[in-house]
Amino acid sequence: MSLLKAEGVSGGYGDLEVLRDVSIRVEPGEIVSLIGPNGAGKSTLLKTLFGLLRCRRGVIRFKGEEVTHALPEALVRKGMAYVPQVDNVFPSLSAEENLEMGAFVLSGDLKERKERVFRLFPRLRERRHQRVGRMSGGERQMVAIGRALMLDPELLMLDEPSAGLAPVLVDHIFEQILAINRTGVAILMVEQNAKKSLELAHRAYVLAAGQNRFEGPGPELLTNPEIGRLYLGG
Amino acid sequence: MLGARRWREQVGRLWARPWVPPLFLLFLVLLPILLAAQQGVSPDRLLSLVIWGTMLGSILALGAIGLTLVYGILRFANFAHGDLMTLGAYLALFMLTLLPQGPPLRPFSFSLEFLVALGLVFPLTGLAALLVDRFLYRPLRFRRAQPVVLAMAAFAAAFFVRSLIYLFWGPDFLFYYVGRPRPAMEVFGVLLRPDQLFILGLALLLVFLLYLLLEKTKLGKAMRATADNPDLARTCGIPTERVALWTWLLGGGLAGISGVMLGLDAQLRPEMGWFMLLPLFAAVILGGIGNPYGALAGAMVIGIAQQVSASFLNPAYAPGVAFVLMILVLLVRPQGIFGRPGG
Amino acid sequence: MEADTLIKSALLALPLAFLLLSFWPGRRALAWLAPALLLALLLHWVLPTGLLAYLVSFAVFASVFALLSLGLNVHWGYTGLFNIGIAGFFALGAFTSALFTTAMPSGALALYSQQAFGLGMPFLVGVLSAAILSGVVAFLVGLPTLRLREDYLAIATIGVAELIRLVFQNERWLANGPQPLRGIPRPLYCLTDGPSCDWLPTFLHPLFAGLEPRDYPYLYLVLVSAAVVLVYLALEKALRSPWGRVLRAIREDEVSAAMVGKNVFAFKLEAFVVGAMIMGIGGAFYAHFLVSIDYGHFIPLFGTFLIWVMLMLGGSGNNKGAILGAFVIWGVWTGTAFLTDTLTPFLAAISEDLPARSPYLRYLFISLVFMAILLYRPRGLLGEEKTVSQFMENAK
Repeated sequence: MSLLKAEGVSGGYGDLEVLRDVSIRVEPGEIVSLIGPNGAGKSTLLKTLFGLLRCRRGVIRFKGEEVTHALPEALVRKGMAYVPQVDNVFPSLSAEENLEMGAFVLSGDLKERKERVFRLFPRLRERRHQRVGRMSGGERQMVAIGRALMLDPELLMLDEPSAGLAPVLVDHIFEQILAINRTGVAILMVEQNAKKSLELAHRAYVLAAGQNRFEGPGPELLTNPEIGRLYLGG
Repeated sequence: MLGARRWREQVGRLWARPWVPPLFLLFLVLLPILLAAQQGVSPDRLLSLVIWGTMLGSILALGAIGLTLVYGILRFANFAHGDLMTLGAYLALFMLTLLPQGPPLRPFSFSLEFLVALGLVFPLTGLAALLVDRFLYRPLRFRRAQPVVLAMAAFAAAFFVRSLIYLFWGPDFLFYYVGRPRPAMEVFGVLLRPDQLFILGLALLLVFLLYLLLEKTKLGKAMRATADNPDLARTCGIPTERVALWTWLLGGGLAGISGVMLGLDAQLRPEMGWFMLLPLFAAVILGGIGNPYGALAGAMVIGIAQQVSASFLNPAYAPGVAFVLMILVLLVRPQGIFGRPGG
Repeated sequence: MEADTLIKSALLALPLAFLLLSFWPGRRALAWLAPALLLALLLHWVLPTGLLAYLVSFAVFASVFALLSLGLNVHWGYTGLFNIGIAGFFALGAFTSALFTTAMPSGALALYSQQAFGLGMPFLVGVLSAAILSGVVAFLVGLPTLRLREDYLAIATIGVAELIRLVFQNERWLANGPQPLRGIPRPLYCLTDGPSCDWLPTFLHPLFAGLEPRDYPYLYLVLVSAAVVLVYLALEKALRSPWGRVLRAIREDEVSAAMVGKNVFAFKLEAFVVGAMIMGIGGAFYAHFLVSIDYGHFIPLFGTFLIWVMLMLGGSGNNKGAILGAFVIWGVWTGTAFLTDTLTPFLAAISEDLPARSPYLRYLFISLVFMAILLYRPRGLLGEEKTVSQFMENAK
């Protein structure tokens, strides 16, 4: 059974239909990459899957259960997590408080869960009391991903995790994503940096003009000459 | 064009230094003090003005913290906040007429029943704020009305509350205790009424309790988080409507208490809250919208500036002082002194 | 038929012609004059003199508010600028025009009435100066705030309105605050008073002989309704021009407007200044009819809130709606005064303090009306005229 399966999804903002009949699936433990030109609807797809935008047509299933019109609150409890591209932290809260907010729906002690995130991002342990607004871009991204991991999700959706980061940090973030994946978390990510994300991905989808164009294992897409020409600048 | 951008980046980097915002605050406080000193106001008088300003600032802070939280969480300017203060002040007066009157608690001008009334004002004004939300703001919010339409609704609510107060209590000045002497005493060379010390003490206590709530409790953290970034809060599964409910109760209650303090310090009149609206918003903008600690600092600056400037300006223009400070901040740092870019 | 009926009907014919024109546009304005004159005569014949006189002075006030409401429509209806300090521009216009047109008090009067200057200029100069000064203040307020988030402008306008009122309340030397500034000249008043104006050719004097000072509102209605029509026509033209289309684009989607290369800030500033100038003109017309004004006229409830209710009821984004709303709400406002008077015995039965406070029932009522409009009829009576694309209509 696929972890996430979306079939024939259409949706967008207001009158504007960005997605037209998009189908996508994520198997447990997979890294799936979404690439495509600007305005192809990659971020819109993530938002629609996470219930932030209304799914007009189509069916979305998570762990076999239909969640087409579920709200983010419900999806968070079911084990889906989402990290937006921008504004993905609470800047006036400390790093630790940001993590706590990630597990808001849980009651009880969060020490164990916080400890796990700190093991993944030791840098955050050092700066746990620092307000996130004063942190660097890379550290903020760690906080954002750490926050999403607090509920032990089975699927982590990342919207452009490397956007706006220095090249050194980009590699670092991708390493962390791999490390998270090794703990068994499936990852669905949108990336501007198509080459890097295809190297990493088990499978990938190419989205253009709101529709699926290609689908296949990451490395295979990487060597596909047409995709190379269209989206990889080579 | 490029030069302008580089200049803006430079300025942004400057503000990011930890010592710059407090220094600017200090500058804003010192500005009226220096002006007063230059006009030949004696140091003694300046000291007492600063202390009175601290008291006014702490009253303002109770209102401004609620206002900034609502502003951050629900994303609209609640122009009815000042009139919630007025409502609190008059509700306390109403309860004094119901409660049996005891002897004054010397050296204060009030009696025991005033403290009871003060305690009741908190939940009652909070409830009033919640009711306005239920019947006016929430339906608009669910219809996804623009923030500016909500602000307009708040503007209507302000007049609604004020006209009720006019109807029930009339336009005249009123006092909690008519005819009780309110002698001033000297504390370290500063003339103060015991009532004012009470106000200062209670306001500081409430601000401290609020600090504990915001820093140590899950609800308080959720309030700060939602005020910071409501969309992300929803993404985290924080029930933002419930957070809003508690924010109204808390913000409304605090506004009510600060209204009572204002009434105890001076007198009650139906426009008292409206006149506070400008200082309240000045404090909120100074501290950065959605930032309760910023609002606290902003309220202190505004309170002191208003009192000190009264030594060389017609006190009627006190709201103007708040206004000028606000425009000054909008010119140099529109996101507030503790705000963040794009906030 | 008596001479005074004829001249009063003739005066009434002009505003009536404007009214007919707005219902059946397309024909020439002059073509409506004859039917309007007949209608005016009919009104004189049907209505008791007192009632007609009341309606005329009602229409004068409603037209003044229509000017203010039209000004607000430029701000809110067309550009989306949230100005809740209308009272400031209203007061500024009123006092400026008053100071420009009154004569400096002299002799015994100077002992108890002070003002900064009194130029004794003609009425139109007063109106012009009111518009200019309001525009300048709007420019200064808009400059630091219009680049920022939209609610900052609202807060700044509250501040300016309060400050302006405080100045006129506390500065005796400026405009006799807190006492009223008296003796504001009424334009063309000479036509109703005595042998008529000096500048009028003698052979025309008999024409106005039937007018008495108490008929002055008929004369003023001609002036103020002409101002409303002129402002209305100018706005309709401006708002249907490319300039107006950019304003609406800014209101709907500021970011897109900026992306197609429009200098959003400059357009907003222009709209803010233009709207404020119209409000200033409204203030001038208010002052010259009342003869004596003080700061108390420009409290937020009367000077700002009422005008908001007018525009929102009529339909923001619609100039006809702005005018209609002004008449309806002014009717409600004055009508509730009668109502509260008749309610007095009941109120007295509830509490002995209440009858004296019954005017505040109107405040309560108007604020309820406003909330009801926001909740149940956000587009107002007329709604916005269809100059916006289908896409924008649905996006709301």
